[in-house]
Amino acid sequence: MTAATGQEAAPAVRPDDIKAIPVRHPGRWIAAAVILVLAAEIVYSMATNPRFRWGIVGHYFFSSRILHGLVVTLELTAIAMVVGITLGVVLAVMRLSPNPLVSTASWFYIWLFRGTPVLVQLLFWEFISAIYPRIGFGVPFGGPIFVHGSANSVITPFVAAILGLGLNEAAYMAEIVRAGIISVDEGQSEAASALGMTRLQTLGRIVLPQAMRVIIPPTGNETISMLKTSSLVSVIAYSELLYSAQLIYSVNYDTIQLLIVASVWYLIVTSVLSFGQYYVERYFARGSSRMLPDTPAQRLVRNLKSIRPH
Amino acid sequence: MSAMVTAEGVHKSFGRLEVLKGISLEVQPGEVMCILGPSGSGKSTFLRCINHLEKINSGRLWVDGELVGYRQAGDKLYELRDSEVCSKRAEIGMVFQRFNLFPHMTALENVTSGPVCVRNVPKGDARKRGRELLDRVGLADKVDSYPSQLSGGQQQRVAIARALAMQPKLMLFDEPTSALDPELVGEVLDVMRQLAGEGMTMVVVTHEIGFAREVGDALVFMDGGVVVESGPPREVLANPRHERTQAFLSKVL
Repeated sequence: MTAATGQEAAPAVRPDDIKAIPVRHPGRWIAAAVILVLAAEIVYSMATNPRFRWGIVGHYFFSSRILHGLVVTLELTAIAMVVGITLGVVLAVMRLSPNPLVSTASWFYIWLFRGTPVLVQLLFWEFISAIYPRIGFGVPFGGPIFVHGSANSVITPFVAAILGLGLNEAAYMAEIVRAGIISVDEGQSEAASALGMTRLQTLGRIVLPQAMRVIIPPTGNETISMLKTSSLVSVIAYSELLYSAQLIYSVNYDTIQLLIVASVWYLIVTSVLSFGQYYVERYFARGSSRMLPDTPAQRLVRNLKSIRPH
Repeated sequence: MSAMVTAEGVHKSFGRLEVLKGISLEVQPGEVMCILGPSGSGKSTFLRCINHLEKINSGRLWVDGELVGYRQAGDKLYELRDSEVCSKRAEIGMVFQRFNLFPHMTALENVTSGPVCVRNVPKGDARKRGRELLDRVGLADKVDSYPSQLSGGQQQRVAIARALAMQPKLMLFDEPTSALDPELVGEVLDVMRQLAGEGMTMVVVTHEIGFAREVGDALVFMDGGVVVESGPPREVLANPRHERTQAFLSKVL
């Protein structure tokens, strides 16, 4: 060593990059092979089993009744989620209210709507006319009524479906939003108060935008879940995607084929929703991490690069 | 001439724990008052009472001649409405130990959030003034950075600019340098020193003895929820009369 001179050694020539022989992972190759064989077997059997009758699946895939059902399902999902999220935010804020009656009311709502099956709630709204044959709007406790109609004309199957799905969803969304609000550091609302912001401004501009990071992923799950839960509406004979398929197979008995048609459509919409969720999450992650996560396209490129032998 | 802050026998309890046991002091306009004391002595709590982030239990607290949190009519006290409390808080700037910048906003958005949201200043004007303020704290090049991309010292300077954007008549600093790496403390103290030089009234809870001696006009030593000793910083620091002050200073100096 020449370090004994007492001087800082001048930066020497940079040593060569390390070139080592990578560790082999035979286990990974075996696992990959097993999975490929199984996948090939499943695809082969699906393609060659004549009872699948893929021709019929293809025939009904774009039939107008199925497409109409699909649109209804999308409508139901969208409206029920809007109702659920809006009411959910209100319930979450009520739940955190300093007024004990207000927070108890919210607690009770969540207890009731989360504690009974959504299928029961749908049937309940469908048959509401059995207890309230007429529904109106007016002064409570038997005062004059301004607008009224028979329950059957006010609560149409569509309204029953929205009430059943949306009110149930609100209970779940309330808990999700509440968790999001609680997750925001207390110093944030303190800083906002110190600037002179009111409670509402603090909530809308400071707390909720940060709570979004926690709220969005489970809300995406809820939306995807709602898409499928909306198929329960078939029990009140409202022709969404599943019920449209059921109506067709009840006539031609191609049960499995039409269930496949419906399932594939559910999968397509779910995929689109997951894709959208990813970008919404990315948007609300701004400021929280120095590097935004890769987009799926970037990730694909990275994975492909890593496969290349060294 | 009336004092900017007047406290008379301020008491504050959290449940059964009495944190402030009768604080009386005055801060004159343009004065820099530093509050020293061991942790748990009630310094931060007192600071938070001044802008009504904490409600006091007894005593009286005035800012700029107006009672904090209440309105007096005859011998009756009326609680102020939320909106009134908010508009009074808006006139008092506060800087926190943990910065508490809004992480989802850029530095400039942090600085403009108060004026735009609370004072309804048009966005363009607020941004123009925000840039000036960030320039003043030496961060003209960090306008579009998010807090997570800034060092602690830079974040604290943005926080000071954010408080200044409301054009406060009083600035409260709650241990502004305690969460910083030692080499970043200086840049924050420099900004505070500059602010003091411009005549801002400041109440600073701090452990920076040097800053208190050099910049402070008055020094208060608190312990156990009471003011143990107060006076001109050089005097108190050089010749502490009370033994608790002596014990504290011998540990930190």
